[in-house]
Amino acid sequence: MQALLALEDGRTFPCRSFTGPGEASGEVVFNTSMTGYQEVLTDPSYRGQMVTMTYPLIGNYGVNDEDVESARIQVAAFIVKEYQPFPSNFRSTQSLADYLAGQGVLGVEGLDTRALTRHIRNGGAMRAIVSTIDLDPGSLTRRAKAIAGMVGMDLARQVTTAQPYRWAGNRPDTLADDLKLNADVWRHRGDRPSVVAIDFGLKYNIARCLARVGFEVVVVPAATDASAIMAMSPDGLFLSNGPGDPEPVVYGVQTVKELLGRLPIFGICLGNQILGLALGGRTYKLKFGHRGTNQPVKNLTTGKVEITSQNHGFAVDMDSLGADTVEVSHINLNDNTVEGIRHRRLPAFSVQYHPEASPGPHDAAYLFGQFRAMMKTV
Amino acid sequence: MPKRTDIHKILIIGAGPIIIGQACEFDYSGTQACKALKEEGYEVVLVNSNPATIMTDPETADRTYIEPVTAEAVAKIIEKERPDALLPTLGGQTGLNTAVELARQGVLEQFGVELIGASLDAIEKAESRDRFREAMNRIGLRSARSGIANTMEEARVLAGDLGFPLIIRPSYTLGGTGGGVVYNPEDLENIAKSGLDASLTHQVMLEESMLGWKEYELEVMRDHADNVVIICSIENFDPMGVHTGDSITVAPAQTLTDREYQTMRDASLAIMREIGVDTGGSNVQFAVNPQNGDMIVVEMNPRVSRSSALASKATGFPIAKIAAKLAVGYTLDEIPNDITGETLASFEPTLDYCVVKIPRWAFEKFPETQDLLTTAMKSVGETMAIGRTFKEAFQKGLRSLEIGRFGFGADGKDRPEADGAPPSLDEIEQKLVIPNSQRLFYLRNALQAGMSIASIYQMTAIDPWFLFQLEQIFRMEQDMVQAAGTAGRSGTPAADGLFALTADRLARAKAFGFSDVQIAHLVGSTEKEVERTRKDLSIRPVYKLVDTCAAEFRAATPYYYSTYETECEARVSGRKKVMILGGGPNRIGQGIEFDYCCVHASFALREMGVESIMVNSNPETVSTDYDTSDKLYFEPLTREDVLHIVEKEKPAGIIVQFGGQTPLNLSTPLHQEGVPILGTQPESIDRAEDRELFQAMLNKLDLMQPANGTALSIAEALAIADTIGYPVIVRPSFVLGGRAMKIVYDPKDMETFTRLAILASPGHPVLIDKFLEAAMEVDVDAICDGSTTIIGGIMEHIEAAGVHSGDSACVLPPQSIGSDMIAQITMATKAMAAELKVVGLMNVQYAIKDNQLYVIEVNPRASRTIPFVSKATGIPLAKLATKVMLGKTLAELGLTQEVVPRHQSVKEAVLPFDRFPDVDTLLGPEMKSTGEVMGIGTDFGLAYAKAQLAAGQRLPLSGTVFISVGDEDKAAILAVARQFFHMRFDILATDGTWSHLCANGIPAERINKVSQGQPHAADAIKNGRIQLIINTGTGDEPRRDGYTIRRAALKFKVPYATTAAGALAVCRAVDALREKPFEVKAIQDYHG
Repeated sequence: MQALLALEDGRTFPCRSFTGPGEASGEVVFNTSMTGYQEVLTDPSYRGQMVTMTYPLIGNYGVNDEDVESARIQVAAFIVKEYQPFPSNFRSTQSLADYLAGQGVLGVEGLDTRALTRHIRNGGAMRAIVSTIDLDPGSLTRRAKAIAGMVGMDLARQVTTAQPYRWAGNRPDTLADDLKLNADVWRHRGDRPSVVAIDFGLKYNIARCLARVGFEVVVVPAATDASAIMAMSPDGLFLSNGPGDPEPVVYGVQTVKELLGRLPIFGICLGNQILGLALGGRTYKLKFGHRGTNQPVKNLTTGKVEITSQNHGFAVDMDSLGADTVEVSHINLNDNTVEGIRHRRLPAFSVQYHPEASPGPHDAAYLFGQFRAMMKTV
Repeated sequence: MPKRTDIHKILIIGAGPIIIGQACEFDYSGTQACKALKEEGYEVVLVNSNPATIMTDPETADRTYIEPVTAEAVAKIIEKERPDALLPTLGGQTGLNTAVELARQGVLEQFGVELIGASLDAIEKAESRDRFREAMNRIGLRSARSGIANTMEEARVLAGDLGFPLIIRPSYTLGGTGGGVVYNPEDLENIAKSGLDASLTHQVMLEESMLGWKEYELEVMRDHADNVVIICSIENFDPMGVHTGDSITVAPAQTLTDREYQTMRDASLAIMREIGVDTGGSNVQFAVNPQNGDMIVVEMNPRVSRSSALASKATGFPIAKIAAKLAVGYTLDEIPNDITGETLASFEPTLDYCVVKIPRWAFEKFPETQDLLTTAMKSVGETMAIGRTFKEAFQKGLRSLEIGRFGFGADGKDRPEADGAPPSLDEIEQKLVIPNSQRLFYLRNALQAGMSIASIYQMTAIDPWFLFQLEQIFRMEQDMVQAAGTAGRSGTPAADGLFALTADRLARAKAFGFSDVQIAHLVGSTEKEVERTRKDLSIRPVYKLVDTCAAEFRAATPYYYSTYETECEARVSGRKKVMILGGGPNRIGQGIEFDYCCVHASFALREMGVESIMVNSNPETVSTDYDTSDKLYFEPLTREDVLHIVEKEKPAGIIVQFGGQTPLNLSTPLHQEGVPILGTQPESIDRAEDRELFQAMLNKLDLMQPANGTALSIAEALAIADTIGYPVIVRPSFVLGGRAMKIVYDPKDMETFTRLAILASPGHPVLIDKFLEAAMEVDVDAICDGSTTIIGGIMEHIEAAGVHSGDSACVLPPQSIGSDMIAQITMATKAMAAELKVVGLMNVQYAIKDNQLYVIEVNPRASRTIPFVSKATGIPLAKLATKVMLGKTLAELGLTQEVVPRHQSVKEAVLPFDRFPDVDTLLGPEMKSTGEVMGIGTDFGLAYAKAQLAAGQRLPLSGTVFISVGDEDKAAILAVARQFFHMRFDILATDGTWSHLCANGIPAERINKVSQGQPHAADAIKNGRIQLIINTGTGDEPRRDGYTIRRAALKFKVPYATTAAGALAVCRAVDALREKPFEVKAIQDYHG
């Protein structure tokens, strides 16, 4: 089915829908990972974005029930060069097209995705709209311009969990409505350290990784305040990844400010930016962001290079942070942007990239162990 | 950490001659490494016996030894050069083995040479089956279970442990003879028994079978700070059971989820650490059970490999170059990524295209051997193609193969079009079940016959994902046929078939990789019509960049591939530019020598300030290194693909005379489209190729050629042979390497071989020449600027006429040609160059018989011997020829007279017989060698001895020589036998030879022919009683005595000569070696 993708600057790409009729809009970004499309699709950090994969053949191994990073597909639309309708993999349970269509997400193919990627690289991430209904370039471009931008938009609120849940048996287990969030929430007190994870758009694999290093994990909504968290008296606090601009997430920043020094804190991605803001720093939007699984990050403590999974459009501005309180622990070797920060005195650190991978390499998985080692008890 | 300053001089060991499994990729990696280390200020010492390499150019390393790659020779070099370090991981298995041997012999310790890159322990851990398995167990990875059996009883017990199916591999056999897959106890009885019999050591290995599992490969790099990155993942189209070198392979991996891929990545990292490869590149192979994802580590190579060359070309990441830098102490994050210029080598390349590698086989050269693909590699070359989809890359790859195909069939060459009847279902099934070189075309037959993907998968275990891609291509083909309204198959085409294709359909077909030739065939049109229609509709390819980063960063290096999309990234400059057409995949007859010439053309253009544009499809080569030329187009070498690039780049001219027959065949079609051909014009090329024109020219110049004629039919051929008299040589025209060439002694054979020759080059006449028995052959390379001709070198063949020049050893300067004859040769060469208006290189083959000079053939192009002559004389002929083609005179270039070196240089061919069971090792007019070596010495004997050592013949200094020759060689062999007798060799001979020797006063002991019963000659070989074999014959009855002896010689690695002339040369070589041990000398010292 014919479709058209229009960018806010007037560039259009004729394409075809492989999921039936539909229309979607958002910021269009590219991801350079050659594997892991299902993880990308379900990563809440992509909320509000239409993702194009730079690898041209997508759908090869279908989808399955295991490789999901949240309860639903998060991307606004999925843009590929050549959709593969004949998946082959022993774990595949469904084709990608059926999966997208089943959740009402538009998938398009047949466009020069490399041209699109280069356009974004040169012009920056852009608002765009893709449609099978409106095929008029003029009209679509006008509508693309009218879409709200990412800056200043609080997307975390849209993707965070409505109810706190426990990570149990490798899946979310929603807490009963009448369960009080206090120290009794923990079932393994004394035998496993406890961590409260604030969900700004948490990827399941973060919970899996925390559990794997021994944590008992309870995930709470983004707006949960410091006192509510302290009422649970956890051993540690985790700040999750999430979509978009960190600055509107003032409530999250406030919570972290209050808990700094009271609990060991570890943040990932948006969690890194929120920690940066809580430490008095600023964040800014990158031209087209880092999205892929081949980003080289140097650990400045060990000097070693980690190949990392990344997905972010905003970054912490290091100049805005006092070097006497905060140090840069990791940098990106491609563009020297900040990839990790650590408080010099308080037990708080965070990384901009995704040590939980999924998709991507496991080089940075040690960070979960590092966080685990900060726990006083157990 | 910066580079090491405690080492200054580094020795690199090259891979030696091109053999199956070890081709140009090691010139590519070695050259990169030499350049990288020199760039860092290290003094580089290189040893490699292969003259046709860029790495042995005097500029590549500081000290270049064209000497045998043996521990003995390298030890001499070490003693002389005293390097601080040895980098053993760049010269293939040969380089690695030689380094290990030197380490074990204590040579490295004695001279204080440090192994860098990989330690002895790491190499041994990776190479030893047991140690490797233990290592894998330690890190919780599975490797295939296996065991060794010396008796049937042991085999039965082992089989009980391992379960069925299992693989049996006899120890120490050639080309996988005697092994096989065992499905049940009954098979075990048969195969284990034949395996034990075939094994030299009466030993077989039984291995758990992963038959039908998917096969993957990861290219890994590690630095000394323990940073590890994956450069490329590769998925094999052919499942386990077919050697990776014989598999179609695809990058990146296609059917792994991220979770499975990361498991493999984690395993690779763990393996690098456990094996302890300090720095550099390695590859790890995995087998994956398609049913449940179980993963087994097949093997790891602690060195750069064929796959790493492929990975480098597939990603743009120069593995060998980086490996060299890591070996001297850099870490990955200290090395820039040349392609982007702005990022570092410490990352993992990401692709936004699909890469397909397809092997090129040469079974047609070895009709005695079965066309089967097994765990022993058989292919002689490969092509790589890049597309935005698998379908596009796959079809581009197929038309790059130089097998006369233009894609996945549908090009008029399929059955039934090609030979009348479609293959039967039984035949298709059989060809699908047992892997063979034609299987991929039978896959199309299977689809055509309506077989489902599921049933094809049942038969082949080729992943359904790939099969579906093929089915899509096939459906597109059917869709075009239907649209064009043709009556299916090759029925009468509708007049307006082409116009019935809509623009959309045509565009889709092009995006699926269909060539214009295929489309024309499907719709009943012509290539040119399709081209015109397509261009009217503005359906043209665009060029995209290979940039390591999927466009995330701007790429600095222009490395392009074509695809049918919207945005073209080719940056066309306003500079003067020249396009060089490469040679495509290596095959027997066209190999690295031509790539060498193309690379030199590129270097010459750079020196002249002219932009160089390289077009080639061979991933193993230096020519396809991204920094060899100013621009690289990784594309098939077909008229259509080349014209597209010409249209985009509009070069001032195009060089077709360096890449061998492939570009030469394109010269006329390109010329017709108005593309300026540099140097010798297509008319002259035709004049040399066309028999009648050529004959007229020779008559005009008063030169002789053997009586000859051309025939288009068998009847004509018989008549001609009758006129000129037997024996005659029969061959097709317009082919290289003596394909389907044969010496024929009677009319019956004449009929058979004429038929084969017609098949080998359809539409072209068959050439018939009088065969000059026992004539001496001479090869001449010359360079001409349009008015002056300078002889580059005159080479005297060791073997007499009748052995293809590519398989014959030769010596420069000539040994036994008088000065009168040299003068005649020189005059004839100059006269022909002038007559053909040669601008550039020319090669002439002469025969001398009864002091009469005959012209056998003239090729107005670079020949196979150009690199050898250049190395022997120190004159870079290809480079000079390029400059001449651009208008320089030889005088301006300072070449005013022939250079005749004082030292002797011998070129020897290296033959692949050990890979092909059942093939006789006799030489003939059809070329069979895959590569060559060079020996340099102060006299012929020494130079020849070095060439033999380099070619793997371990010449004995004493012992027993076995002599058995045909009647025609009896006279000639006397001198040889006498000499061996004087050197105190014992002589064993069979009946006829024995009585001849005795009658002439040479003491010899008689031994039974094989047919006379045991104990016979073959037993003596097996018992180690014979150190040298001289055995000539006609080879027409391969199952008989001579054949058995020659195969035994091959198997037991006893040096052998199969011609009288070769025997004489061997004799002189043994004499020279007995005189004194050979010395080594750098090429820089010969020409300094």
